[in-house]
Amino acid sequence: MPDAIIDVQDLAHSFGDVKAVDGVSFQVRKGEIFSFLGPNGAGKSTTINILTTLLPIQRGTVRVAGYDVASEPEAVRQQIGIVFQEETLDRDLTVWEILEFHGRLYSMERAARHRRIDEMMGLVELTAKRDVQIKHLSGGMKRRLEIARGLMTRPQVLYLDEPTLGLDPQTRMRTWEYIRKVNDEGTTIFLTTHYMDEADRLSDRISIIDHGRIIVTGTAEELKNALGEDMIYLETDDNRTAEEVLAGIDSVKDAKPALRGLSVAITGEGARSLPVILERLKARGIGIRSASLKKPTLDDVFVHFTGREIRG
Amino acid sequence: MAMEFLTIYWRDMLRFFRFRGLLFASLVQPALWMAFFGVAMSSNFDRFSMPAALPPGALFVPYLTFMAAGVIALTTLFTSLFGGISLLFDKNWGLMREILASPIPRSHLLLGISLSGMTKSYIQVVIIMIFGLLIGVRFFPGASPLHIVVAIAGILLFVGIFSLGFLFLSSTISMRMETPEGLQGVITLLSMPIFFVSNALYPVNTFPWAMQAASVANPLTHMVTGIRYFAIGPDFYALGGHYITTPLDLLLSLGALLAFAGVMFAIAWWTFKKAVVT
Repeated sequence: MPDAIIDVQDLAHSFGDVKAVDGVSFQVRKGEIFSFLGPNGAGKSTTINILTTLLPIQRGTVRVAGYDVASEPEAVRQQIGIVFQEETLDRDLTVWEILEFHGRLYSMERAARHRRIDEMMGLVELTAKRDVQIKHLSGGMKRRLEIARGLMTRPQVLYLDEPTLGLDPQTRMRTWEYIRKVNDEGTTIFLTTHYMDEADRLSDRISIIDHGRIIVTGTAEELKNALGEDMIYLETDDNRTAEEVLAGIDSVKDAKPALRGLSVAITGEGARSLPVILERLKARGIGIRSASLKKPTLDDVFVHFTGREIRG
Repeated sequence: MAMEFLTIYWRDMLRFFRFRGLLFASLVQPALWMAFFGVAMSSNFDRFSMPAALPPGALFVPYLTFMAAGVIALTTLFTSLFGGISLLFDKNWGLMREILASPIPRSHLLLGISLSGMTKSYIQVVIIMIFGLLIGVRFFPGASPLHIVVAIAGILLFVGIFSLGFLFLSSTISMRMETPEGLQGVITLLSMPIFFVSNALYPVNTFPWAMQAASVANPLTHMVTGIRYFAIGPDFYALGGHYITTPLDLLLSLGALLAFAGVMFAIAWWTFKKAVVT
């Protein structure tokens, strides 16, 4: 990939006997939003920590914005912005002081720094809170401030580690808007999340990661299409037998237990397959409690590729 | 020029002045020490420590003045030992990650925290000296204004090196520890022997030999020697003893403090370079 701004080859990292990241390779294109989607403990944060130079590299190579993370960590740090998973704000400082501290950490020149602080406070609508201490801000405001802080130095790559974890739905939507706005202005974004909808709505490309390995990479559409065009969710009296019956139907690509029923991937048009499926099940004497037709979601993709639901 | 440490310094001082209550307490505590312990002890000691016959022209120093140097030392010791704790809090609150992921060199983090700790000690020392003079400490006897300025600069030099040494130590411990409780335990364990096995409150030449040897190896003794030299003089009588500090003694004490601070810096620098915080 010639326009790769992040290039990771065969990255591995263990904590004692635990393999947190187990041979991961991927590229992120300049200007895209790239997501790591996976459950807690999949290795997302470890990867981010290595990519941001906070953890040493045990195996593999990582290049960010043209610099090698192992041999040129200082240069890498100049190019990146980070919004950590946990809140990393000094509760006793004010909004302005947080940004001032950050700008000074990156050696921004005074006039430019102060101009940028005003700009960033405007972007995330915190100008009115300029002299308010962090401890008096709401969760959403703090998140916005952290995003503003991550962007302040105009990084080439912005890392967002679970950016909307623990936020209410409205604040999540707002945060997504900011992330998109930032990306529109040219910042490449590397995002980790265990929320399907977040990965789906924001990302240009997604890697599903589980147990320290990348399972599959592609656009949300590509991943969903891998399942077929439609999905049918069935609840029957006897799911196990139903699964066997379904396996013998041509238009059924795949059937897997999900929740209290079965999640069925269809190769063709679901509306045409549904009557066939219902008939066959009836013929075997299996009672049907409910049946619904839907487009595949990333949840279905995740279950399909990892064989289990994402853990909350 | 590499001035990134000023950013760390700026934030730490901002926090220092923001917490007025803590600031006030840190200034009042040493003053109370001097006011209660100092006045009470000196009113007792001075009755029996006055030598029967002083040689003509000799300088007799009352206990309050003698121990004022010790209170300055004690305050500096505590402030410096606790100085690194902000690193520990930053680590526990995740703030350290922001700093370590930024381009600022780690040596500047160490330097910024240490210099702000030193500044705090300076502020306290000046306040204690002013308060001491108000309640009857007789520092700088018979000195000219110029002499006093030089003497204060000398005191601050000794206080500065000493405090940097302990700030490096405190920063090292903070970077390695997980909890503030752990640091507190270490500090309590360290501060007691350092303070009492020294010349801060009494002369060391009557100690058993092992304690005397320990007191010579104790950085606090060397700082107090320096403070007394500049604040009182090279030749005086106190607590029934005759104190003579030659310029060579003074240089040796300065050298000992520099060596101590140097070693502590090396250990801290190595710790900071190796530290992994995620």
